[in-house]
Amino acid sequence: MAIEVKVPTILRTYTDGEKVVSGSGDTLAEVLDDLEARHPGIRQRVVDGDELRRFVNVYVNDEDVRFTGGLGTGVSDGDAVVILPAVAGG
Amino acid sequence: MLTLDQATYDAIVAHARRDHPDEACGVVAGPAGSDRPTRFVPMLNAATSPTFYEFDPGELLRLYQEMDARDEEPVVIYHSHTATEAYPSRTDVDLAQEPSAHYVLVSTRDGAHRGDDPLQTRSYRIVDGAVTEEDVRVVAAPDAAAGE
Repeated sequence: MAIEVKVPTILRTYTDGEKVVSGSGDTLAEVLDDLEARHPGIRQRVVDGDELRRFVNVYVNDEDVRFTGGLGTGVSDGDAVVILPAVAGG
Repeated sequence: MLTLDQATYDAIVAHARRDHPDEACGVVAGPAGSDRPTRFVPMLNAATSPTFYEFDPGELLRLYQEMDARDEEPVVIYHSHTATEAYPSRTDVDLAQEPSAHYVLVSTRDGAHRGDDPLQTRSYRIVDGAVTEEDVRVVAAPDAAAGE
């Protein structure tokens, strides 16, 4: 088993159009590093330096990771990660 | 061209009026690939602000899960401007991340939130920082829109 990552439309250019990809790691940061190895460019659309981008939401098992430790949020096999761009504006 | 049925159009305008002077926001979902906005979903503006809107992140997740389960996509993403015209702001353009959506803007400025005067309602595509306006057509019933 691996960690399932749901990719939003706007980032599917990095995954050959795939809606769901799988990754591995013990933390969200490691999963994103793992994805980056196979889908170069995707990480920097989610992460800015050592922080999640302000207008990208990431959920692990339906929990917003902003409340569970951000990039340090622990994950394990079978977990589901969802990446969703914020819908926002002025 | 964006085609909206009258009931959906009225619901968007009513939401914008109700939340004035804060910005109102929401989506109209539709079957994936159909370009037909059929299901009006008003969202909470987590920013509760007259100059900014952001879907509540928890509600956003539920919305996308629900659309996924129904094989829908956000055909329309709407929000109001409460003191400026119905044209995408710099922030709107910078943060637009749904290239296939119609971005609908409603302006409630200059007292337009009151009464029955028609509000300025305009629609745009926002892709990679480029804004393209399109016509908005309001039809009587959803069936009329579907038939074309």
